[in-house]
Amino acid sequence: MKASRALAIPYVVWVLIFTVVPLGLVVWFAMTDTDGKLTLDNIFAMSEYMSVLFRSILFAIVATIICLILAFPAAYIISRANKINQSTLIVLLMVPMWINFLLRTYAWMTLLEPNGLINKLFGIFGLGPYPLINNSGAVILGMVYNYLPFMILPLYSVMVKIDQSVVEAAQDLGSNKVRLVTKILLPLSMPGISTGIIAVFVPSVSTFIISRMLGGGTNDLIGDIIEMQFSGNSYNPHLGSAMALVLMIIVMFMMSLFNQFGSEEEVIL
Amino acid sequence: MENTIISLRNAVVEYDGQQILKSISLDIIDKQFVTLLGPSGCGKTTTLRIIGGFAEMASGELFFNGVSIKNLPPHKRQVNTVFQKYALFPHLNIFENIAFGLRIQKLPEEEIRKRVGEMLELVNMPGYEKRSINSLSGGQQQRIAIARALVNRPKVLLLDEPLGALDLKLRKDMQIELKRMQQDLEITFIYVTHDQEEALTMSDTVVVMKDGMIQQIGTPQDIYNEPKNAFVADFIGESNIIDGIMRRDFLVEFAGKSFECVDKGFRTNEPVDVVVRPEDIKVVPQEEGAIVGVVENIVFKGVHYEITVDASGYKWIIQSTRSEEVGSVIGMNITPEDIHIMHKTEAIR
Repeated sequence: MKASRALAIPYVVWVLIFTVVPLGLVVWFAMTDTDGKLTLDNIFAMSEYMSVLFRSILFAIVATIICLILAFPAAYIISRANKINQSTLIVLLMVPMWINFLLRTYAWMTLLEPNGLINKLFGIFGLGPYPLINNSGAVILGMVYNYLPFMILPLYSVMVKIDQSVVEAAQDLGSNKVRLVTKILLPLSMPGISTGIIAVFVPSVSTFIISRMLGGGTNDLIGDIIEMQFSGNSYNPHLGSAMALVLMIIVMFMMSLFNQFGSEEEVIL
Repeated sequence: MENTIISLRNAVVEYDGQQILKSISLDIIDKQFVTLLGPSGCGKTTTLRIIGGFAEMASGELFFNGVSIKNLPPHKRQVNTVFQKYALFPHLNIFENIAFGLRIQKLPEEEIRKRVGEMLELVNMPGYEKRSINSLSGGQQQRIAIARALVNRPKVLLLDEPLGALDLKLRKDMQIELKRMQQDLEITFIYVTHDQEEALTMSDTVVVMKDGMIQQIGTPQDIYNEPKNAFVADFIGESNIIDGIMRRDFLVEFAGKSFECVDKGFRTNEPVDVVVRPEDIKVVPQEEGAIVGVVENIVFKGVHYEITVDASGYKWIIQSTRSEEVGSVIGMNITPEDIHIMHKTEAIR
């Protein structure tokens, strides 16, 4: 008993140094001014950035929904393939993730630019150029592209456990494709859906690289503003910490609301 | 009176370039209990899946009441299936599992409640509506799977080894119950099993299959008493199968002796399979026996003893109510009616 507890000590120390202490520092910075005096000014200063915060949450929600719509059929098809095809498809899905995140997003820039590959292709047919980059659509596209695997993988791991005979039983009892999805596949995939939503929403809501590279400076997200407070011209770690804290609280609140809903589903499971 | 409800014509199923079914033709009579019987890999489950709509034929036809349903998806067929692993919906309680098909038909709530209640009565599980699937034993899950299929009042119920996972006692009880349900509801049952005893107990018609071909179709009595070939004889109950030569009509030679028999119509001196059931061999004193052998082994089986006798190389299996000494020499007699002669051919179509 004691030996097993001793084994936990390195982990506890790790968590203390790298999670609890930094979190405490963030809270401390958020609640103090440059002189180290307690204040709530930083929190109130957030009100200036409410539209950015709102946009970040909206973009993240849209990206998450698109990911879910794309990932659900993809994960189902992979889960019904034979064993060899399953592993091949999963590897193909993972390969882009092994390439550097920045590089992948740069690639989209060269594709979407006014004289990028896609517009050149349109040009052959005498079309365009279309404004494909530096707008909100490009930012959401970047989020979907980068985080889609995080939705497919948890969905796949749940769906692969759904017995084919359960699917056949539903068809046997009169389910067409729509009913098969709404009455059987969706409810049985709920644990994977909630994991996938968190795995896509959380990095999307706090990203700053995607919006900077594909948003063209007009679509700054809360992540960009926070980053500026620490490394930009408007250096102000107190305000940055306050923003990070507020964002964290909002995300935690949304996730707990969501889990409430998710865990109800699991009771029926 | 005897209506054919399902008719399979020259059904061929291929998988990975291998023929799983080799041109099967089969007529299922309405309101009968039909069993597809055979060892694993014989194509019996595939045949069931064709009827259910879950397997595709490379060629062939499938008729339901005379209408081709080959291209009809499963959810539009008037058959329901009880799956081998029950395949209950884990996210729904018992009531919703059984009501699943009725909700799709959009029946009024009152009707649904009434019919689910009736079904739970039928499978002897009244009052289980609100329970979760995970709280049930294997036998109970099987009953719910049967109720879920029968509540839709299908014309034909397909059952894929539904009792395979149950223990012997429970299996015997369920066999009787299934037969009772089939008779009460007057529904055609197509039942897949590899258990020959199960097939004989429940069926009106038994279809014996092997290697994707039908070996014999008949009543349980036919199949047991008049097996068409050595495979059927061996698969249905235990059998002694000996090489013999048909000397002329009503006279066969095996085990170095000539025996009178009741079979005719073979070529003169045709090599044949001679099948004798273990219970049809009479143990007599050595000097009175047509065949003489040494008792090699004896096993008590409850109702009878199973005796292995070595007679010049061939090991005969005999069922006898009397025990014998191991090592003693005994005689064996077989009456002409109990000698079954079979062509040395493989499958018949």
